[in-house]
Amino acid sequence: MMILVAAIAFWLTAWFINTKLAKGPDTPLINLLIPFLFGAALIALWEGICRGFDVPTVLLPPPSMIWERITNSVPILWADFKQTYLKAVIAGYVMGCGAGFLAAIAVDRSDFLRRGLMPVGNIMSALPIVGVAPIMVMWFGFDWQSKAAVVVIMTFFPMLVNTVAGLTAASHMERDMMRTYGASYTQTLFKLRLPAAMPFIFNALKINSTLALIGAIVAEFFGTPIVGMGFRISTEVGRMNVDMVWAEIFVAALAGSLSYGLIALLERKITFWHPSMRPSR
Amino acid sequence: MTRSVIPVLTVIAAIIAIWYAATIFLNAPFERDQAERADTTITFAEIIPKTMAQERPVLPAPHQVAQELWKTTVRTRITSKRSLIWHAGITLAPTLTGFVMGTLLGILLAVGIVHSRVLDRSLMPWIITSQTIPILAIAPMIIVVLNAVGIQGLMPKAFISTYLSFFPVAVGMVKGLRSPDVMHMDLMHTYSASKSETFWKLRWPSAVPYLFASMKIAIAISLVGAIVGELPTGAVAGLGARLLAGSYYGQTVQIWSALIMAAIMAGLLVTFVGMIGNAVNKRMGVRA
Repeated sequence: MMILVAAIAFWLTAWFINTKLAKGPDTPLINLLIPFLFGAALIALWEGICRGFDVPTVLLPPPSMIWERITNSVPILWADFKQTYLKAVIAGYVMGCGAGFLAAIAVDRSDFLRRGLMPVGNIMSALPIVGVAPIMVMWFGFDWQSKAAVVVIMTFFPMLVNTVAGLTAASHMERDMMRTYGASYTQTLFKLRLPAAMPFIFNALKINSTLALIGAIVAEFFGTPIVGMGFRISTEVGRMNVDMVWAEIFVAALAGSLSYGLIALLERKITFWHPSMRPSR
Repeated sequence: MTRSVIPVLTVIAAIIAIWYAATIFLNAPFERDQAERADTTITFAEIIPKTMAQERPVLPAPHQVAQELWKTTVRTRITSKRSLIWHAGITLAPTLTGFVMGTLLGILLAVGIVHSRVLDRSLMPWIITSQTIPILAIAPMIIVVLNAVGIQGLMPKAFISTYLSFFPVAVGMVKGLRSPDVMHMDLMHTYSASKSETFWKLRWPSAVPYLFASMKIAIAISLVGAIVGELPTGAVAGLGARLLAGSYYGQTVQIWSALIMAAIMAGLLVTFVGMIGNAVNKRMGVRA
């Protein structure tokens, strides 16, 4: 019971500090500290509830137990991460985004194709494409190639649609100016239209970074060699080793957040000119 | 609208043509193999019709999928377990439940975030982080664990859909509720409007177009959540179960017809939400 009280006390204190901090200035340090405190309070609350009410660990293991499992099984987690993320996700992501980007540039040259492909592409990005996973496993076998194929298909359409939309982002005035300079198609493309399309492209890259991880893990439910994050999750659930599943989720969340953060950082460097990058107010 | 009908049709025709070509290309090795085993030679012209009519093709031809769809929707009783409409109905229930719960949760979060600076600065980063966690990957655990506690059937799948669909609504609504410009807010201030009056008379109406735009995304991923949520329950019922059963027994035609059915469902749901959105926006005087 003491633990529960302590956890609630910690949560309330953190909340109180946050209300004070939120009224304060808008510095980067404080902007990082507030969500950090919030997260720490949530974890403390989670731990407190698990221990205080004696929640069965099969249901919801306390964070300390998950952390112990993570530190104890680093080799397994690393092997799974290598199989799923370093092989399937990255290969699929690069191929899917690259193909979508190139297709968009090809489509962009013809107004007819653009008008035809855009609605189809929009519909395709709304479809439950994860469903092709069993087919891809059938075609490309159990190893990471089939997962990469699923990732390629999932990431292709968001990239295509966003890039095509982005290539129309440069205004008429700017394009007319390129014409008055006598710029060729490639010059206009590289100097004006691609830079103008970058915010859209980064949007697609961000959407795709989470889609790719989902695609690879879900595809592993349909058959894998005996390694991989999706494989581990589905087998350990069957054996009721929920702490191992949470450890795997932790790795997935970490990988997802880090790749998202990396892309966001890159975006900040490349589209520094965009209004959304200016400091607020 | 009419300007893009011909291009869209052309693109769809091209996709179907490529599909047929791929059917021939992918299924031909099996036929050659068969011919070799029977010690007969087979010409390319003979292969083509055969690749279109295999029992378990690597890639079924579009008309095979269409036939299967026709057979399992129109020519089968809806109550039968072989009816794809029955399976689609099973998937539809958690999709809609999850969608409604997710939308409500998203709106609530957005209202909290817009009105409280603490919530804005502590919750918003976590909402974004929450989406970098591949929830679909955790779906089986949620299902199995909730099953162990005795919650089964509709709700676990609906929870997954809720988790997926609250995000676009929350983000869209935060944007929408903040969309009234400073002039309008100042006007409300000069009227000495209370917070709730400002909310109902200014913020909410100006957020409605954003709400429907995000609801369109939300319902599409809600369907994905429901389908994936059906995978670990052991392929009992629903479109996800059809996919899994099809992949176990190599019934490619069944997989493809379930996929197309899911696609049709997604299209209908998104169009439906879009239509309601258009009607509401029109009544509220939003310029199209």
